[in-house]
Amino acid sequence: MSSESSVLTAAPRTSAWLQPHRIVLILIAAALVLASVFYMRWDWLPRYLPIAIEGIWRTIWLLVASAGLGIMLAIPLGLVQATGPKILSVPAKTFCTIIRGTPLLLQVWLLYYGLGSLFPQFPWIRESFMWPYLRQAWPYGLLALTLSFAGYEGEVMRGAFAGVARGQLEAARAFGMSRWKIFRRIWLPQAVQRALPTLAGETVLQLKATPLVATITVVDIYNVASRVRQETFVVYEPLLLLALVYLCITGIIVFAFRKLEARIPARLG
Amino acid sequence: MPAVHPSGRTKLSDFLAAVFGHGTLELLALEPPGRGAFLLLGLMNSIMIAVGATVLGLTIGIAGACGKLYGNPVIKDLCEVYTTLVRAVPELVLILLLYFAGTDLINRVLAVWGYPPADINGVVAGIFVLGVVQGAYSTEVLRGAILAIPQGQIEAARAFGMPLMLMLKRITLPAMLPFAIPGLANLWLIATKDTALLAIVGFNELTQTTRTAAGATKAYFTFFMAAGALYLALTLFSNLILGRVERWARRGLPSVGGAA
Amino acid sequence: MIRGLKIAAAAVLLGVAGMAAAHAEEIKVGFSPEAYPPFYTQDASGKWEGWEVEIVNAICDEAKLDCVLTPIPWDGLIPALKTKKIDAIMNSMSITEERKKEINFSSKYYNTPTVVIGAKDQKFDATPEGLKGKVLGVQVSTIHAAYAKKHFGDAAAEIKEYQTQDEANQDLAAGRLDATQADSIALGDFLASDAGKACCDLKGEVAPDDEVLGLGVGAGVRKEDTALQERLSAAIKAIRDNGKYAEITKKYFDFDIYGAASQAN
Repeated sequence: MSSESSVLTAAPRTSAWLQPHRIVLILIAAALVLASVFYMRWDWLPRYLPIAIEGIWRTIWLLVASAGLGIMLAIPLGLVQATGPKILSVPAKTFCTIIRGTPLLLQVWLLYYGLGSLFPQFPWIRESFMWPYLRQAWPYGLLALTLSFAGYEGEVMRGAFAGVARGQLEAARAFGMSRWKIFRRIWLPQAVQRALPTLAGETVLQLKATPLVATITVVDIYNVASRVRQETFVVYEPLLLLALVYLCITGIIVFAFRKLEARIPARLG
Repeated sequence: MPAVHPSGRTKLSDFLAAVFGHGTLELLALEPPGRGAFLLLGLMNSIMIAVGATVLGLTIGIAGACGKLYGNPVIKDLCEVYTTLVRAVPELVLILLLYFAGTDLINRVLAVWGYPPADINGVVAGIFVLGVVQGAYSTEVLRGAILAIPQGQIEAARAFGMPLMLMLKRITLPAMLPFAIPGLANLWLIATKDTALLAIVGFNELTQTTRTAAGATKAYFTFFMAAGALYLALTLFSNLILGRVERWARRGLPSVGGAA
Repeated sequence: MIRGLKIAAAAVLLGVAGMAAAHAEEIKVGFSPEAYPPFYTQDASGKWEGWEVEIVNAICDEAKLDCVLTPIPWDGLIPALKTKKIDAIMNSMSITEERKKEINFSSKYYNTPTVVIGAKDQKFDATPEGLKGKVLGVQVSTIHAAYAKKHFGDAAAEIKEYQTQDEANQDLAAGRLDATQADSIALGDFLASDAGKACCDLKGEVAPDDEVLGLGVGAGVRKEDTALQERLSAAIKAIRDNGKYAEITKKYFDFDIYGAASQAN
């Protein structure tokens, strides 16, 4: 990769954003945005703003909850595949293979409609304490997203755990550290550090997976946009706004992960 | 209703029958009244769309990677906008936008030229939509793979005075293959699973045919499990083939150790 | 290689343009590939069958049109019509003022009342008071969704919207919904099935609201396609007059599904 400025150049570089071609492109983009604001139909926006905000909140909540729970599940899955006895690592590997081998949409529908079609067969389910949760749609969406994240991240964490230098673990063992202490102080932090760039990308992918829960009646921002399109028959504008919302959330995620990576002392190798 | 023993516990076989419905194998049979043939037809469609989308995605990816690496600053920025947008916006939204806007655009262009609206069938539209999405990811994979080629080969080709296209054909593309194959294998697997999203716009691929069959017979669990098994079979089979392709492409190169 | 790419691009464009060579009188009729018995459902060999499928075929024969049934999900039908992906919608779509702002309709070809069905063990009727605190399911982008939001929106605990009515029926059978509102014939068919008999019964017909519920089901066409609209309306009248309509209807129902003759259309 060529470097932008030679070490010998003393003159300061103009900011990368102010180069002529960039300015032209930015002006064209601004013109497109203004044209779309004035020429396209946005009269539906005030009416749907409250439910749109609720939808955005639900999308973010689903993303954070499924990613959080998923990574907590992924760490044991990855650990067990990197070290563990066959009796644990084989089911873990099978789980990851199945999750990664089938589409998420199918998993969502299987959990919601597939399990739902079983409920009439077992009437005692309605009396159980879980029934209020089994009735609603979001637990299924959350479960499907969590399992999916865990399946993919389990594979990532497996690679991360396997990639931590063995010497450190052996040295720690030689020091007499208990296995839990080794895990907590050396193995896990280093594995997470190795995995962090990949996890940033995977979190963005998880955000892109959240719209699928709209098909099982969870009201996230995609569902709200669909509703707007159906009730007002406006075809493109809600989708454009939807794309903008997702772009913003992606930007926030990338920014947050960059900050997180900056806090960890960088060590190459 | 599952049979209840005097002790109150239901038998395992009754449980399985309740879960899968009586006559599971009949439902999945290849001949009517079994709907197994349908699922296989949907699988064929899924594979066709995935193949087409991957090929289109690779074409766009090569163009995009070259644009990003060798193009002038404007081309670089446009390619960057393309990949950032496509990788940040959910596939579902992109599929809807491309499906309606893309076909609308093509029809308007044809109208300007005086042709009647084109009859774009489902498979072609699906390939177009998924191909554009795959193109953005392919661009990044191929760009990384080209950057991994030892620069000496490129410099030697330039010193020989090779034009860009010849260099691309003879040196860059063959040399970047071993680095690109893992990423491209991943893209193929993503393509096969993204075809499921086309069920939302009604294309007749495996997930949609499963949903229709399940709706007609009410045996949701059975059909969704069968579809999952088919997707899994496709994935495992692809992994097998792509593993061999990767080993062939990496022949003579030191092996990659460790991480996923 | 650039030459190869150019040839490939030209081939694709030629292929697309070639496909555009229109067959005379062929129109694409959009319908939603979901199970909606007895109007349409897919049998094991993949053929679509049902009362509506036969009526659509009869209308097309009468109008001398070659109708190509094009599957499009329900909530994509009107956008697909407007962007010329399809030329007509014949999919149990009711004629309402709201929809008439976007597209035109032929005259109606059937009209049936709207009912609410619900869990057997709960006693309530199809009124806002009856549905207070209940979870109601409807199909997205239908007159039922509009009606439910307008009349039951405040009373019901939640109105869940599904992609297909079949999914709403499934959730009702599973116990996730307390009630669902839809066309009386389709729900009647569900109540007659095993799952429906086990879980639910009829709660009653909803209070009339012509503006939202519309004046029957017609074929949707684009606003500028007045010729097609007239042909389809004429064909509907013709099959009513020559007895084909009655002949098909007798196979499925023992009453006339056309409904009272309406003033509109």
